[in-house]
Amino acid sequence: MSQVAEAPPETQSAKALTFQEILFALQRFWAERGCVLQQPYDVEVGAGTMSPDTFLRVLGPKPVRIAYAQPSRRPADGRYGENPNRLYKHTQFQVILKPPPANIQDLYLQSLEAIGIVLADHDIKFEEDNWEWPVGGAWGVGWQVMMDGQEITQFTYFQQCGGLDLDPISGEITYGLERLAQFLQDVDSIYEIVWAREPDTDRVTTYGDIRLQEEQQFSAYSFDYADVERLWQHLSAYEAECLALLQASRRLDDSDSLTIRRFPVLGAYELALKCSHLFNLLDARGAISVTERVGVMARIRTLIVGVAKAYAEQGERVTALEQGGITPGEVVRG
Amino acid sequence: MADFLFELGLEEIPARMIVAAEAELTLRLREMLGRERLIVEDARIESFSTPRRLAVLVHDVVLQQADAEEELTGPPMKAAYRDGQPTPAALAFAKKASVDVSDLRTILNAKGEYLAATVRHAGRPAAEVIASELPREIAAIYWAKNMYWRAGKPERFVRPVQWMLALLDSEAVPVEWAGCKTGTVTYGHRVLHGGSPIPVSSPAQYLQVLRNAMVIADVETRRERVRKALDRVTRIVPDARWREDHALVDKVTHMTEWPSVLLGNFEAEYLQLPEEVLVTVMRDHQNYFAVEGTDGKLLPHFLAVLNTEANERVSGIIRHGNERVLRARFNDARFFYEFDQRIPLSERTALLEKVTFQKELGSYAAKSERVRAIAAKLGETVAHTGKTVDLPALDEAARLAKTDLTSELVKEFTELQGIVGGLYARAQGSSEAVWMAIYDQYLPASMEDGTPRTTQGLLLSIADKADTIAGMFGLGLQPTGSKDPFALRRAANGIVKMLAESALPLTLSAVANATGQHAAFATVSGFLKERLEWYLREVRGGDYDIVKAVMAAGADDVRDAMSRVDAVTTARDSEDFAAISAAFKRMRNIVEQAKAKGENFSIGTSASLSEDAEVQLVTEARKRAEAVEALQSKGNYDAALLMIAELRPYVDTFFDKVMVMVPDADLRAARLGLLQSILDDFSKIADFSEIVLAG
Repeated sequence: MSQVAEAPPETQSAKALTFQEILFALQRFWAERGCVLQQPYDVEVGAGTMSPDTFLRVLGPKPVRIAYAQPSRRPADGRYGENPNRLYKHTQFQVILKPPPANIQDLYLQSLEAIGIVLADHDIKFEEDNWEWPVGGAWGVGWQVMMDGQEITQFTYFQQCGGLDLDPISGEITYGLERLAQFLQDVDSIYEIVWAREPDTDRVTTYGDIRLQEEQQFSAYSFDYADVERLWQHLSAYEAECLALLQASRRLDDSDSLTIRRFPVLGAYELALKCSHLFNLLDARGAISVTERVGVMARIRTLIVGVAKAYAEQGERVTALEQGGITPGEVVRG
Repeated sequence: MADFLFELGLEEIPARMIVAAEAELTLRLREMLGRERLIVEDARIESFSTPRRLAVLVHDVVLQQADAEEELTGPPMKAAYRDGQPTPAALAFAKKASVDVSDLRTILNAKGEYLAATVRHAGRPAAEVIASELPREIAAIYWAKNMYWRAGKPERFVRPVQWMLALLDSEAVPVEWAGCKTGTVTYGHRVLHGGSPIPVSSPAQYLQVLRNAMVIADVETRRERVRKALDRVTRIVPDARWREDHALVDKVTHMTEWPSVLLGNFEAEYLQLPEEVLVTVMRDHQNYFAVEGTDGKLLPHFLAVLNTEANERVSGIIRHGNERVLRARFNDARFFYEFDQRIPLSERTALLEKVTFQKELGSYAAKSERVRAIAAKLGETVAHTGKTVDLPALDEAARLAKTDLTSELVKEFTELQGIVGGLYARAQGSSEAVWMAIYDQYLPASMEDGTPRTTQGLLLSIADKADTIAGMFGLGLQPTGSKDPFALRRAANGIVKMLAESALPLTLSAVANATGQHAAFATVSGFLKERLEWYLREVRGGDYDIVKAVMAAGADDVRDAMSRVDAVTTARDSEDFAAISAAFKRMRNIVEQAKAKGENFSIGTSASLSEDAEVQLVTEARKRAEAVEALQSKGNYDAALLMIAELRPYVDTFFDKVMVMVPDADLRAARLGLLQSILDDFSKIADFSEIVLAG
């Protein structure tokens, strides 16, 4: 029988980038290709897509090139830090290109080379994987990019967002940074990933050093401590405030462009994101039955789709008022 | 004559869509070129595909369309000229036909004299025709899932188009579609060849040019290469074979341009995990082939099909990566498996109270209790007929059936629900009768799927599905139109299939009744009947009218309905049967019309009949009624149908000689009564009046 525990073959692990160097390299790569580098969004999200830098910027006609790392919380995926491959919070590196350039796949492959992957040394496949976020009224078609059997990237051509058809569409590239780091550094556990290395002492700080405590405590919170009754109350409270804002946004017909500009659609979006995260917490806590689930998801969808619509309309109205010289009150609501 | 090559270069097409798209593009090109008189009907056409391209090579294309003539008919002569001058109608016709008015002719057709013109269509060069017609054909290809990519959304396609190649012999054909113009170059393997364009000088060279660029464009060649590589690589392991999986061979063939196979290994300790789990991880999550010994048991190896060619060093890297991924997944599975063993299934029943089945229908604990009760009732019914049922095992299986929903393994691998429960029950010491029933409870998942192996398994599966159907119907959540969010049709189809394929002595109404949902009884049993009708027609291929006729004669017993459909199908070709069906239709019409008119009649009044033909019919019908009944009760429908068909001469004579709707009310009633009694006595196999007669 052939040996399993043979010495690891010659890989790039010896000179592999640290976790933070991977981030640097991706940021530099995409910045050099015209992307604005944004900082992570500071409200809990389940994926980089939910950051307003993706979710709202893909709406409307304005071209966008933006890239950012986004810590993403998925309470149900928490494993108290005991599972080497699962996390309550992982890090996505998100690139949005609107409209997508014709050579977007080539650019993506070049970005892998930028983080030290020699393409000829690997088996790369683009496997069909269509992304969908029903709660956000969003979907797209694309692939999961497989490298030697490991999914390292989700590649999506956005088609709809917030229930609105997109034109132009956006290309979205989402790298799983932990997966990539595990792959590059050839480590079996996420917690062994080298996050940083002190150049003078060669002392290493691992992913576990930085994040294990967080994983332990947030898993415990999501699964054992979170107060279900209060979570429901929070959900209702955020929902009510979001709905109130959405309602107020519909009463802006006679307002001037500055009032419309200042109307906090972005605030409404944060409230909707709060609801989404609370839903995920309740779900992890096992507090949502299969049928309730449908109902609660519909409530959150109302918020998120409502915000997307309000955001798109706000943009159109401001443009119309400031460029078209239309006097307030003339804009007919769709 | 020339060869025409068209290649459509795309970003990776989903594997599941390639076969149909390749076939459709080929068909569209054949029809287009045929329509345009550029190829003969049976022209030789080859087609190719990889994840990044669809290609068609058409042989013997005519370079120039032949000129063609078309005869057009215009307005009638009387409207064409007035006072010897052409009318506006005649002028318009000449313009439409692009001929001079003086070239118009007169023809005589069935309607009279008409103006006519011969239109000459000058043949166009093939390249010009293809350039103008091809874009429409490409755009019309069906894709299960489409996308837009260009601003303004001018077209939808499966993925963005990257390049197009169109060659008529060595000449480029200028086609433009989706913002892309055809060229004379193709592209090779992304990594093994890189991004530089490769000139193709003639269609005949296409395959070789691509092969040099590390792309095997012919699907069958690629499939063979995959199979051979699987065989070859498996030989590294003594006495091993790869587990045949046609669907997976197909999938990986359509995921690669230059396939090769790599043998990977995993630690033998993972073999302690259930094989179902290992295979699911390898096949469904990783597209790996499993490797087994001559005894069919899994070996600690897997085969990955790569889209590259790797030397020893690179193989080492790729193997290492794949092994790490698989190890992580197996590790997860083992972690869940071991974690799950801390609470045996028997203790998990309480946990089911927290898992909601449906808001109004309560938790899975409540569902399990209902399923237990239903299974018990069904089990008793079956046991009562003398068939062996392990009732305590059935009850235990029903009690534990849903407990695996609380397991981590099922949360991770939802497709293994039921199977995991069965495996856990076995590991925790349940009898075979119990664990097999749990294991099989979700069968059949489709009409192609197998059914549970044991009587207990069948009863559990039926009880579970019947409970879901009855519960949802009770809440008014039955499927409507194409909407069936709870997959109730599939559940009911499953029940019908199980009753059809097993010898379980259960009727549809017994199943509906056992659910205890008395308010919904009528709709549930009606729904099951509707699914039976569908099953007889769509799965067993019964003729529409025969199935309808059989269903009209009652269809509570699935197997009985099946044999009646079979018997009527066999009988339908005989002349007597067709005639007797026609006669039944006539009888049914007479009786129904009489009823509609308010005629009063009843059966058993035939004593007052006196004409020879009717007396004879009474006698012959009575004689056969009992025999037919006896044959029917034994299920000997073929013989019963023969006997019914023997009535034909008497019925024919009756209708020849006897008038039913006579003025004498008593006589009329007696004759109507006779027809009614024949209809009643002989319509128990099928309502023959539903049979559609040829001609």
